[in-house]
Amino acid sequence: MNVLVVLIPASLLLGGLGLAAFLWSLRNDQYDDLEGDAWRILSESDDDAPPSP
Amino acid sequence: MSDAAICPACTTLPEGTLEKAASNGTAEIVLSLPGIHCVGCINGVEKALRAVDGVANARVNLSMKRVTVGTDQPVSPEVLIDRLEMAGFEARVLDSSLLGNQSDAYGRALMTRIAVSGFAMMNVMLLSVAVWSGAIGATQNLFHLISASIALPAIIYAAQPFFQNAWRALSVRKLNMDVPISLAILLAAGMSLFETFNDGDQAYFDAAISLTFFLLIGRYLDYRSRKAAASAAAQLSALEVPRVMRLQDGAKQMVDFAELATGDLIQVLPGGRIPVDGTVVAGRSQIDRSLLTGESRLQEAEKGADVTAGEVNMTGPLTVRAATVGAATTLRKMVSMVDQAEAVRNRYTAIADRAAAIYAPAVHLLALSAFLGWIIFTGDVRLSLNIAVAVLIITCPCALGLAVPAVSTTAAGRLFRAGLLVKDGTALERLAEVDTVVFDKTGTLTMPAAARDALDAEARSVALALTQNATHPVSQAIAASLDNARPAKLTDQQEHAGKGLSALYQGREVRLGSGAWLGAGKGTYIQIGDDPAQKIGLRSQLRDGAVELVRGWQDAGLDMHLVSGDDADETSRIADALGIANWRADTKPADKIAYIAELAGNGARVLMVGDGLNDTGALAAAYASVSPATAADASRAASDIVLLNDSLAPLIELPLVARAARARIKENFAISTIYNIIAVPIALAGFATPLIAAIAMSTSSLTVLLNALRMKGKV
Repeated sequence: MNVLVVLIPASLLLGGLGLAAFLWSLRNDQYDDLEGDAWRILSESDDDAPPSP
Repeated sequence: MSDAAICPACTTLPEGTLEKAASNGTAEIVLSLPGIHCVGCINGVEKALRAVDGVANARVNLSMKRVTVGTDQPVSPEVLIDRLEMAGFEARVLDSSLLGNQSDAYGRALMTRIAVSGFAMMNVMLLSVAVWSGAIGATQNLFHLISASIALPAIIYAAQPFFQNAWRALSVRKLNMDVPISLAILLAAGMSLFETFNDGDQAYFDAAISLTFFLLIGRYLDYRSRKAAASAAAQLSALEVPRVMRLQDGAKQMVDFAELATGDLIQVLPGGRIPVDGTVVAGRSQIDRSLLTGESRLQEAEKGADVTAGEVNMTGPLTVRAATVGAATTLRKMVSMVDQAEAVRNRYTAIADRAAAIYAPAVHLLALSAFLGWIIFTGDVRLSLNIAVAVLIITCPCALGLAVPAVSTTAAGRLFRAGLLVKDGTALERLAEVDTVVFDKTGTLTMPAAARDALDAEARSVALALTQNATHPVSQAIAASLDNARPAKLTDQQEHAGKGLSALYQGREVRLGSGAWLGAGKGTYIQIGDDPAQKIGLRSQLRDGAVELVRGWQDAGLDMHLVSGDDADETSRIADALGIANWRADTKPADKIAYIAELAGNGARVLMVGDGLNDTGALAAAYASVSPATAADASRAASDIVLLNDSLAPLIELPLVARAARARIKENFAISTIYNIIAVPIALAGFATPLIAAIAMSTSSLTVLLNALRMKGKV
C-alpha cells in the first residue's frame, strides 16, 4: 500500500491543476458568451486569429 | 456613461482589467439585438458598428443577444441603431438595470465556490469509494483523515452562503431552508471528525461536501434568474423635470421643481416635458399626451387649455400657470398608484418558499425525535447522534433546493431564445395561474399607419411632397405609407403650427392638415386648390402576430379583454378584427387599474399586456404582466416579462411554457418526496450508511435536474 503515498498527492495535484485552470478561465470572461465563441471559431474574419504563415 | 457608472465593482478590479476596458473606449453602450442567431450576424453587426465614427470597439454576445459598444467620443445610441437597421439588424437600447451588471462579483464568487466544492467532492468521493469497497483498520483511518483535511476547509469556504443566510434567519428567530442545510452540513462534518479521531466506521465527509456542491448549483441558478428585477417606481421618477423655467415679473429664472408654488408662471420650450398640472396662459403649440392617455394623436394647446404633468410640448413655447405642484400632480399620483399596486403583488409567495415553511420545522422535529427515540431505547449517545445526522443528511432538501431553480432557469432560457426576457423570479409561477388577459391597444396590439387607398394619384404625390420632410408624427406616418408614390414639385412650403402644411403646386395652393382648418369634418385632410378636401384615413395597423396571438391564447383557454385610451370606434374595430368580445374604450390610467381590480375581485387572475406610461399602474396591479421592448421605461420596469421582438408571435407559447414549468416544479417536489419516503425509514431504523446517503442524494438531485431539462422540448 506504500504506493498510496505517491498516488494520493498525485491525484490531488492533478485535480488542483484542473481547479486552477477553471478558476483562471472564469476570471478571464471565457464563459460570458458560450454560443457566440462556438460560432466565432468558424468565422474567417475573426479578429483574434493568428497571422497566416 | 463611464465604466465606473456601469459597474461599481470595477473600482476593486485589478489594474490590468481596467486597462483592457480603457482600450475598448471610454464609455459603453449596450444594445439588445433580438434577431441575431449566427456567425454572419456577429460579423455584420460588429463591422457595421466599427464603421461608425467614435466607436472604438464592438463585441457581440450571442448568448445574451446583445452588443457592447465601446465609444471614445460621445455617440448617441440612436445613431448606432439607425446604422444597424440599415445593415438589416433590429436593435434597441437596453437599460442596464434590466439585465444587471455584466461582471457581477456575487455570481462569480458563487461559481468559484461551486468549483472548489466540486473539486473537493471528487477527491473525497474517490477516497470514500475505497472505504466503501472494504478498506479497514489503518487504511480506513488514513483515508478518513485525508478526507477530513480536504473536506473541512472546502466546506468552511464553500458553504458560507448557507451559514450566513441561516444565521440571518436565526438572529431574527425565524427558520428558513438554510437552517436545516447548515445544521446538516455542520453536524455531519463535526460528527465525522469525531468518528475519525475515535477510529469509527462511518464518516459522512462525502455527503457533507456533495450536499454543499449540489445546493450551490441550485443557489447559482436561482441567483441568475433573480438578478434582473428592477423597480418601476424609481424609473417613473426619472421622468420628472428636475429644474424648470419660472417667469417672475417678466424675468426668467431656473428653479428647482420643489420650489414651485401654485400660481407660478412656467415656460415650457418645445421638446420639453410639462412639469406641473395647469392652464396655458400664453403661446400655442401641440402636445403629446401619449404617455398619460395612450392617445397617439397630438392635441392642440392654446390659451386656456389644461395641461398635465408628464405631457410633452412639441411645436411652440408655452407659458403655463401652475394649478397643482409637487406631490399633487397627476404624474406623482401615478407614481404612488404604481407603488401601491406593486406592494400588493409582492405578497405573492413562491412555491419554494411555501414548501420551505413546512419543510424546515418538519426536518428538525424528525431528526430530534430520532435522536431522542434512540437514546431512550439504547442509551448510546454516539449511536443516536449518528442516526440523527443520517436523518438530517437524507432529508436535507438537496433535490428541493434544485427543484425550482432548475426548472425556472430552463424555462427562462427557452423563452429568451424565443425573444422574451423573464425579469421576475416568480413570474412564471404566476403566469401559469393566469386565466384572463387584458390588452392595451395602441402600441401593443397596433402600430399607427396611414391608409392611402382613398387618395387619387395626384393627391398622393402632393401629400408625399408635403410630408416627406415634416417632423410631425402624423406627417411621418403619411409619408411612410406613400413611399411608392413620386413626390410632386412644390414651392413656397409653409408649416402652420397647430393646423397643417401648405405649399404652391402648379400655381394652386395645396393644404394638408386638420379638418377644422380645411373646413371639413374630424380627421386629417388634403385639399388641392378649390377642389373638395380628401380625407386621409389614419388608422392603426395590427402588429405582426397579433391575430395569431389572440387565437393562440383563446385556444389556451384564456379570457380576452381589450382596454384602450382611444375612442370607441377605433377600439371596437380592432376588437372585431381580433375577435375579442370584451372591450372598453376611453379609459384613463385609473380606469385601467379599476378594470383589472374588478376582474380580480371576481376571482380572475389577470395578465396585463401593455406598453404606455398610462398602462404602468395596470401592469403593476395585474397578477402578471408583459410589455414590448418599445414600451416606456417605467412600463418595462413594472412588467414581469419583456418582449424583445417586434412580432407578438413569441408570446403565444408563453402560457404553455409557464404551465409546463409549474407542472415540472410539482413533479420535482413529488420526486424528492418519494426519495425521502423510501430513505427516511432506513435512516430512522439505523441502517443508513454513508454509501446509502450518497446514493440517495445524488440520484434524487440528478433525477430532478433531468426532469427540469425536459422543459427544453415540446410543451
